[in-house]
Amino acid sequence: MILILNGQRTDVSADPNATLLWVLREQLKLTGTKYGCGMAMCGACTVHLDGQAVRSCVTKMSQVEGKRVTTIEGLSPDGSHPVQKAWLKEQVLQCGYCQSGQIMQAASLLAKTPKPSRAQIIQALNGNLCRCGTYGRIVRAVERAARGEV
Amino acid sequence: MATRISRREFVVGAAAGLTFAFAIDLGRAGRVVRAGAQSAGLSPNVWVTINPDDTVTIVSAAVEMGQGSMTGMPVVVAEELDADWSKVKVVPPPSNPVYGNPGFGGAQIIAASRTTRSFFMPLRLAGAQARRVLLDAVAAEWNVPVSELTTEPSVVVHQRSGRRISYGDVAKFAKVPAELPKMTPADLKRPSEFRLIGKSLPRVELPEKVVGRAKFGIDAEVPDMIYGAVLRPPIQGSAIEAVDDSAARAVPGVIDVIRLPWGVGVVGSGFEAVHKGKAALKVTWKKGARAESYDSDRLLGEYAGIAASLSRPGLELHKEGDVAKAMGASVQTFSAAYVSDHVYHATMEPVNALARVGADGMSCELWASTQSPGVNQRAIAGVLKTTPDKVKVNVQLLGGGFGRKVEQDFVLDAVLLSRITGKPVKVIWSREDDVRNDKFRPLAGQFLQAGIDAEGNLAAWRHRIVGASALARLLPPVYEALKGKDEILIEGHEISYSCNNQLHEYLREDRGVDVGPWRGVGAGYNKFAIESFIDEIAAAQRIDPVAFRLRLLAQNARARTVVEEAAKMADWGRKRPGRGLGVAFSEAWSYVATVAEVSVDRKTGKIRVHNVWAAVDPGIVISPDNVSAQIEGATIFGISHALQERITFDQGVVQQSNFHNYQLLRLADAPDVHVKVISTDNNPTGIGEAGLPPAAPAVANAVAALTGARVRQLPMLPERVLAALRA
Repeated sequence: MILILNGQRTDVSADPNATLLWVLREQLKLTGTKYGCGMAMCGACTVHLDGQAVRSCVTKMSQVEGKRVTTIEGLSPDGSHPVQKAWLKEQVLQCGYCQSGQIMQAASLLAKTPKPSRAQIIQALNGNLCRCGTYGRIVRAVERAARGEV
Repeated sequence: MATRISRREFVVGAAAGLTFAFAIDLGRAGRVVRAGAQSAGLSPNVWVTINPDDTVTIVSAAVEMGQGSMTGMPVVVAEELDADWSKVKVVPPPSNPVYGNPGFGGAQIIAASRTTRSFFMPLRLAGAQARRVLLDAVAAEWNVPVSELTTEPSVVVHQRSGRRISYGDVAKFAKVPAELPKMTPADLKRPSEFRLIGKSLPRVELPEKVVGRAKFGIDAEVPDMIYGAVLRPPIQGSAIEAVDDSAARAVPGVIDVIRLPWGVGVVGSGFEAVHKGKAALKVTWKKGARAESYDSDRLLGEYAGIAASLSRPGLELHKEGDVAKAMGASVQTFSAAYVSDHVYHATMEPVNALARVGADGMSCELWASTQSPGVNQRAIAGVLKTTPDKVKVNVQLLGGGFGRKVEQDFVLDAVLLSRITGKPVKVIWSREDDVRNDKFRPLAGQFLQAGIDAEGNLAAWRHRIVGASALARLLPPVYEALKGKDEILIEGHEISYSCNNQLHEYLREDRGVDVGPWRGVGAGYNKFAIESFIDEIAAAQRIDPVAFRLRLLAQNARARTVVEEAAKMADWGRKRPGRGLGVAFSEAWSYVATVAEVSVDRKTGKIRVHNVWAAVDPGIVISPDNVSAQIEGATIFGISHALQERITFDQGVVQQSNFHNYQLLRLADAPDVHVKVISTDNNPTGIGEAGLPPAAPAVANAVAALTGARVRQLPMLPERVLAALRA
């Protein structure tokens, strides 16, 4: 099946019932998208589907056929997306395992809502768990990205 | 050099599952020795290579699991080497005893907040030694006394002649001397001379993490790799009665079903295939496992009862003075019991490992998120009946560790499946596997008793801790050497508060369910009990809890400072409508005082934590921002477990399975955490866990201050808060 993967038209040979997360990781070698729970409870696997943040662990390949899929590797060519830069400025990450998902979630929020309120940030990112407890820095980094101070 | 192994055995028992035991060399292994194999650069010791292109390669002393050691430890080497940090390349530690942790008798284990504390001096000496080798080489080359040479970042300078040479250029001609210069602490910089230590340098591995290129254990891959999953019994220790694998074998992508001593393995072409295959297995488990009667709700009451049965002797952990006499002479006595449920690690990266056993079955290469590469080598060697040097461990980045990844269970899944299939096998536990088969923090019951004198000071203190032992399972020789004092379980029982008559006891209970280290482990529940109890004593006397602590800490300036600082940060004296403040102090790993600001919904019993202020003194601070980040994170972790984390067992079966019924704190419920890092000229101490112990008691004390209700149970679930409100 054809999809637009990180901006490239890509022909993927996959079972329509296969899960996007595992096709990305095992077949397409895009391991930046992480497995956390397999039931859309943690957000570690978040990617963009036609610009919307979705959980790839519960997304079937049949749902992405012909659509644009963007992973952390494709968010920017060189790590220069304002959210990625803000994440470094605030030194948000600890283990970093959940952060691909956090960054993809934050990027999708800012694409739709360039100047989010704190309540909007919390609402948008509440589905993304971070065991290291970086929540405070996540909020600060989103606010920084929104201010353009990156 | 190989670390001696005085005992190693690997027993595969039908009923017992897996037991392995090994000894670590309790003497200090040589830490700074010459590398056997030299690269193109100059390697004065195993930690440093100075390359002709002027870059400096420094081996990180610790695996990176989020704690920042992969930056902090190389910074320490670079400081004394006087290297230009922008030219430093950091590499993770190879599995080799020369990189062993002095804090674990030279074993390569990264746990218990012992990295900075144990490596700080050896790494400084290693950096200084490398610098001295460069200076000696330049002195000989230029024929000047070495005393006339100084360094600027990565440059050797001869002030008198104005000559300068970069480290890279020195590496082009310098040779490592047959006998390395011996360095002593007198050769090291004074703290006032530090250029790198004390600066918040950006973490080295974060740029790779924000673009998704960083390689965690779960991302490892080798050619011809297949995947594996293992079904374990729902009740620990149950043996297999019968396996019907016909449906599992019919799942597309499943290659084989393999019986293991501890479960049933499925190998196949991908994660989804093997986990579908695992779900399709029909296994009948034999009855009779010891854990069949394990019921956590019942044990909470039972352990509290054992703790309170003062006639039942415990293992003496600490004794001074005469507690019984002092208690009898006290003007007032207090006692209380505290209990805490099992909690789950919930590393965001579930445990996983990739193993490639050699064709001869006697060697192995491992790629894993592991906190214990040195133990992995021995455990794998035990399985393969070979020697640890035949096992190579490629340490990957860890998506969280928190003590879970010191274990060998997930590693041995991959090793055995690889040995049996003859292929490299990558095993990734599903979240459900990870929850159900975790080695939880022990369920604990505690009893505290205290007496005060006429001035209201502590005259007698008795603390009894009841729980299972983690050390007895993990490191039997160490457990034996410590005569049963499970230092994981009892962590944090010590108190800094002045009291001349003390007795601390541990009563081990073994009910057939494994427990393990967790973030903060024993200190997590011990400080909950101690700090709650101190508040109860203060409240009974109508003394302000900050003032009471400061009085009891009169002899301890560092402890007083953090308590005063946290109170100041929180504006302790200011009343706030509908909200209460609580304070707690802990000297576990580092000095930390925490103040929590809470409100309580009196209808539902739900606690909300709005703000937390924490002050920490970890001695010399390598990176203030990283210390702050660790305290912020451990505070959130601590509040999460204080409010809502709980694993329950019903007749031996874990009742939770994923994040829908094991709820971690989410952003919307997370307080703002404000941290003050106080650097003092003391040896640096651990900061990965130190923020956790005071978090829960600060919340409990705030709830009590606000409502009068004392919750003596972790987690402080709404129904438990309601019960305390009604009491």
